[in-house]
Amino acid sequence: MSLKLKALLKSPWVFHLSTGSCNNCDIEILDCLTPRFDIERFGMLLVGSIKHADVLLVTGSCNRMSVERLKVLYDQVPKPCLVVAVGTCTGSRGLFIDSYNCPVPLDKIIPVDVYIPGCPPKPEAMIAGIVKLIQKVGGP
Amino acid sequence: MGKTIIPIGPYHPLLEEPELFTLTVDGETVVDIDMRMGYNHRGIEKLSEGMTFENSTFVVERICGICSTSHPFAYTRAVEDIFPMVVSMRAKYIRTIIAEGERIHSHLLWLGLAGHFLGYNTLYMWAWKLREEILDVMEILSGNRNSYAMFKPGGVRRDIKTEDIPICIKKINSILPTLNMLKKAVIDDPVLHARLKGIGVLSYQDAIDFSALGPTSRASGVARDARKDSPYGAYQEMDWNMIVTQNGDVFDKAVVRILEMFEAAKIMKYCLNNLPDGEIDAKIKDVPPGEGIGHVEAPRGETFHYVKSDGTNRPVRHKVRAPTFMNLPTYKATVIGQTISDATIILAAIDPCYCCTERVAVKNDRGKMLYNGQDLVGLSREKTEKIRRRMVGR
Repeated sequence: MSLKLKALLKSPWVFHLSTGSCNNCDIEILDCLTPRFDIERFGMLLVGSIKHADVLLVTGSCNRMSVERLKVLYDQVPKPCLVVAVGTCTGSRGLFIDSYNCPVPLDKIIPVDVYIPGCPPKPEAMIAGIVKLIQKVGGP
Repeated sequence: MGKTIIPIGPYHPLLEEPELFTLTVDGETVVDIDMRMGYNHRGIEKLSEGMTFENSTFVVERICGICSTSHPFAYTRAVEDIFPMVVSMRAKYIRTIIAEGERIHSHLLWLGLAGHFLGYNTLYMWAWKLREEILDVMEILSGNRNSYAMFKPGGVRRDIKTEDIPICIKKINSILPTLNMLKKAVIDDPVLHARLKGIGVLSYQDAIDFSALGPTSRASGVARDARKDSPYGAYQEMDWNMIVTQNGDVFDKAVVRILEMFEAAKIMKYCLNNLPDGEIDAKIKDVPPGEGIGHVEAPRGETFHYVKSDGTNRPVRHKVRAPTFMNLPTYKATVIGQTISDATIILAAIDPCYCCTERVAVKNDRGKMLYNGQDLVGLSREKTEKIRRRMVGR
């Protein structure tokens, strides 16, 4: 494992990106930060700028207008960067598979490391997903 | 000093959802704003027209995660409006319980985020901690934390078990003291008074002119509430108060929302205590041709659904009007002349929900969205001009 990746996994900072979601996943992500779940204990922090982020949490069904922005933002993330697809919309488009405005799932646009299915996934599921992500890339 | 343009968004730490606001400022004062939407458009109305009446309930539930009760509620009411049918009292009570639970969790969420925007993070954490309790109640009742999937045309999908009722009432009672503490923390705080009073005032006349809805209008003294004006569900069965304040500033909007939570808890407790017996589902077989409307007071204002049926098992036309569609233009009336530091809290005060609102997107053939509000108005004027010329020519 590269030194860069090792440093990243010690305290992964997450950036949350909504590509046309229904708010549920975004609210549940924020829920992870509030007292009952409180993932800040483990060094995870929601950051305001994409340039500070190590992990990209993408929610929503990747509609045509957001995809342009998503590509621009992905180019701006310092690499290595890990991508988590939160929610069924991002993974397989779920209910929106027939929609004219949601052409492709997220993994056709940018590489995805972990999928967290659910509509919306519970905060416990999200925390489990991040733990799996850390294990996958060889962390503690 | 010249004018400066400040873009907020589309991906901004302040906004949950992607949205682009362009503030034109002169020094510290906001002179003009422009909004650009469409980042959340998913084509829900079209999707709904391709699904059966029963399946459309799940599509409209995904319009917005926070209002995931009010959209299905309004939709089922619209379908029930097409032909005369009777929904059982038990189903109505269960619907009311779920709708009021959603109101409490949505207002708590708003209160937390408003505190966060003001740099009052203690309030944020307290409100969201309290919100978990009400989400537990919803999980006991429906099995889900959000997106409850309780509604279907003609009734509800799940019954409430008798043994769950005392647990829910106990939980609701246990949050009331903390809610009281939060109320005091906001209403008696001198800092919040200094920060929020007289900020972003929406006058009574403006609230009427913009057709503001929900807490945004009730804070300006307009007593408008779909639950009182045209009662649905079980709201006419009990006594509850419509909260109306007069000043129309951000502080009053917060007060309206906080006091509404107590009313919602009261309604929930009454319904749980007096849940009548009976069937929960009217078992609709066919929907005859016709059209129906349904409106429901969502936490943010009145949600309106229109459904047209041609006798098949799918809606021919399904139209959604979310409350933010009416409330967002009031931002223009309230923010101009205020300082840029207040712009965020004034926007937050209307509790905007863009994913509810985005029903239309315009594209040109290169695949980029180009039209903003002014362009659309320009297009509309052009069309009027064309029609006028044609009429004169004839």
